[in-house]
Amino acid sequence: MEALSIGLDAFFLAPFRDMFSLPDLLIQVIWEGFVSGVLYALIALGFVLIYKASSVFNFAQGIMVVFAALVLVSLYNYGVPAWLALILTIGVMGLLALSIERVILRKLVNQHEAILLMATIGLTLIIKGAGQLFFGGEPKSMITEELGLSTGSSDWEVFDGIVIFQHIDIAAAVIAIIMVAALALFFSKTRIGRALRAVADDHQAALSVGISLNQIWAIVWFASGIVALVTGIMWGARSDVSFALEIIALKALAVLILGGFTSVPGAIVGGLIVGIGEKLFEVYWGPIFGGGVEAWFAYVLALIFLLFRPQGMFGERHIERV
Amino acid sequence: MSATSETVATQASTNGTSVLLSVDNVTLTFGGVKAISDISFNINKGEIRAIIGPNGAGKTSMLNVINGFYHPQKGQISYKGKTRRRMKPYQAASSGIARTFQNVALFSGMSTLDNIMSGRSLKMKRGLFWQALHVGPARQEEIEHRAYVEKIIDFLEIAHIRKQPVGKLPYGLQKRVELGRAMAMEPELLLLDEPMAGMNLEEKEDMSRFVLDLNSEFGTTIALIEHDMGVVMDLADRVVVLDYGQKIADGTPAEVQSNQNVIDAYLGVAS
Amino acid sequence: MLYREAGQFKTTYADDQALLPIAQDRIGLFIILAIAFVALPLFASEFFLSSIMIPFLVFSLAAIGLNILMGYAGQLSLGTGAFMGVGAYACYKLTTLYPDMSIIVVLLLSGVFSAAIGVVFGLPSLRIKGLYLAITTLAAQFFLEWCFIRIGWLYNYNDSGAIEVPTRTILGLAVTGPQATPLTRYMFILCVVTIMTLIAANVLRGRIGRSWMMIRDMDIAAELMGIKPLNAKLSAFAFSSYYCGVAGALMVFFWLGSAEVEAFDINHSFLILFMVIIGGMGSLTGCFMGAAFIWVLPVILRAIPSAFDLNLLAATMEHISSIVIGVLIIFFLIVEPHGLARLWQIGKEKLRTWPFPYAT
Repeated sequence: MEALSIGLDAFFLAPFRDMFSLPDLLIQVIWEGFVSGVLYALIALGFVLIYKASSVFNFAQGIMVVFAALVLVSLYNYGVPAWLALILTIGVMGLLALSIERVILRKLVNQHEAILLMATIGLTLIIKGAGQLFFGGEPKSMITEELGLSTGSSDWEVFDGIVIFQHIDIAAAVIAIIMVAALALFFSKTRIGRALRAVADDHQAALSVGISLNQIWAIVWFASGIVALVTGIMWGARSDVSFALEIIALKALAVLILGGFTSVPGAIVGGLIVGIGEKLFEVYWGPIFGGGVEAWFAYVLALIFLLFRPQGMFGERHIERV
Repeated sequence: MSATSETVATQASTNGTSVLLSVDNVTLTFGGVKAISDISFNINKGEIRAIIGPNGAGKTSMLNVINGFYHPQKGQISYKGKTRRRMKPYQAASSGIARTFQNVALFSGMSTLDNIMSGRSLKMKRGLFWQALHVGPARQEEIEHRAYVEKIIDFLEIAHIRKQPVGKLPYGLQKRVELGRAMAMEPELLLLDEPMAGMNLEEKEDMSRFVLDLNSEFGTTIALIEHDMGVVMDLADRVVVLDYGQKIADGTPAEVQSNQNVIDAYLGVAS
Repeated sequence: MLYREAGQFKTTYADDQALLPIAQDRIGLFIILAIAFVALPLFASEFFLSSIMIPFLVFSLAAIGLNILMGYAGQLSLGTGAFMGVGAYACYKLTTLYPDMSIIVVLLLSGVFSAAIGVVFGLPSLRIKGLYLAITTLAAQFFLEWCFIRIGWLYNYNDSGAIEVPTRTILGLAVTGPQATPLTRYMFILCVVTIMTLIAANVLRGRIGRSWMMIRDMDIAAELMGIKPLNAKLSAFAFSSYYCGVAGALMVFFWLGSAEVEAFDINHSFLILFMVIIGGMGSLTGCFMGAAFIWVLPVILRAIPSAFDLNLLAATMEHISSIVIGVLIIFFLIVEPHGLARLWQIGKEKLRTWPFPYAT
């Protein structure tokens, strides 16, 4: 009985006491969580763009992030100036989008979602193999300063302690916000955005009113390629550019579950929940389990959430018909 | 309930037939939309009962309520004398209600034979152990049920497509396989949702023949939704007419045909 | 010409429902089994048995496990590696706790543990469908991986964190551990995989297998025909995880000899997934084809440069084989989404009508 009450206390109360006894640490943890949440959100955003326009669940989004960052860093290492490398990388992502559309998607119009998902798994293998073949598998450091991003940090003295903000993290958050806003404008205000939403609803119906599926698909894949590049730069600046990121990118799946596969705000809110939640859980509850809980927290959270709300946060419950 | 169901009961006893299923004051809403409002009618044992009405009248929703796929907000359903408010679809199936679907809902990855065999699922009892070995009782059971399924295949004249995957069959045959699958359940009450939709005249004649034979030879009670008035008038013993989720007429084909409400619903009211 | 069923009349339903109703198929299977049970043990080298045949059989069994869940019951899973891990760790714990228990019993019991875990993680499938379900199995994958690292009890608190396979004997013959020869290990695995494949084939053609396919093809109709989704889905998870668990135990005990958590990681889950896709969802033959393809292809690719006296790094070849497999997956999805098994079937169909391609 006593053991039980100690256990309950350790799980339900002690973590909160820890939080309030060191508020500066709490703020630091939340900030760290916020930043990794932004990065999860960015990966999820890439997924959402493609899923909305083609109901392709793009498994390759994670590897595209790695690939974009690798191309950028490698170009620079070959002696290309940073700004030119950036432009060239954008070009490469465009080329990638075009060839994906031309070689894969065009051949799989109107196929079942599961088949499209598997095609992107095949795509993942190709990009991964090609990336390792051309650029080597070892981790590389991102050319943060060369791209004009500050690598310093600022301290904020609060609650008798110090909270450290890396400038690159602030930049990541700001750029992410700008990008999301730009995308939202693009999709709600432009002709292409409207066509894209039509395609998302029904491929055949969209074709029949004269929308070019091929064009739309190339555009969304390019857009998510750009998102991948930005994600890659931000991620690379915080750690190294390596293929290990591919596994972490799977967490975006948990984010999508929370936010819904087709919702841009959902991807962002979901990303932040996962990012902040997993940092808090790791720091305050992790010791109870022996640490390392970050590896599964996102998935278990998403799973529990799904049990109560199978359609996601922003998804609509639809009536099953027979 | 009260008034309606009492009249229903007296009606049934005077006709000398027994009520198999009665729907009492059922109301079904989705969000704010009323799909069915306060509908009561009954189905007698051994009859062919048609449910007709314009598109969106709530016919399919009615069938969904009867076999437990939707749960009505108000009202109740009595089947074989037992009254219930909520029922799971598989419970309906095990108490002898089978159905076919408006848009063919066959198991597209399986052959015709397997599709109809799947209708026997409830009748098969052998557990995992015997199934794994596939000798003795499990094999025996499989063969017995195969024999019954072959009877249905003969009845529906689909022996030539026995081993073909159903996904590749023409629409008319798919509808027939679906009927076969429902028949394999040996149901007491069979719900047919537009069994003749999208068929040509010849296929409709075949299907009508099957429905009539099924009713007379197997003694299955049938409730069917159909848009082809000729078919309905020829097949049905009694017809209930729905419009905008409400019952506007109930009676023999002749009575319904001459009912002013029905004529208004179908042809529109002259204004 | 040679391959046709003309003249083979079935006079009973039992004959018609046999696993292989066509005589040529039976002969073909007999030849394959004869090669596997007689010719290979007699003539194959130890290298061939231990680095090609044994992994091939282990992966085939795991692929059958996943295919039951994905191809037959229609439930997506990305956690195969972890379920194999549960089987392996259960096998290790059981055989170290009860060293006298026969390894066969231990092996069969270890599957029970992964089946139980499979059911637990299968529970959400009652509410969650399709892609959403992938998250459940991912949760299983990462949570179980974490358990394999953090719970020292599972690997008897070894310093290495790995499970080391002890020597176990059947009738005095060492079948596991360093003393066991590749031949004995191969024969043991071959027997297990043959029997379990037969059992899977039987279950799949009976009532239970049909109930899984009903849920896969049209879950609403299945429910309206009296199938309880709870029973059908959970039994599929249990059955599938049982196979994966036994495959995992076989992998560690009869192939690797020792294993750390990396042997059961997410990449492993994907490997099995690729086998099922390339082999063909909903086909047992496809599982073997897919496993052969995914496992043997890289071995061949690795052999090519040395045949041409090219000196390429092993890592380079690995990257190339990753690209090749990726290309092949996409190629199959475009040309024949139902995998090698369907290609095989189409080939047989062509053979049947040869030399008159338009006769039916």
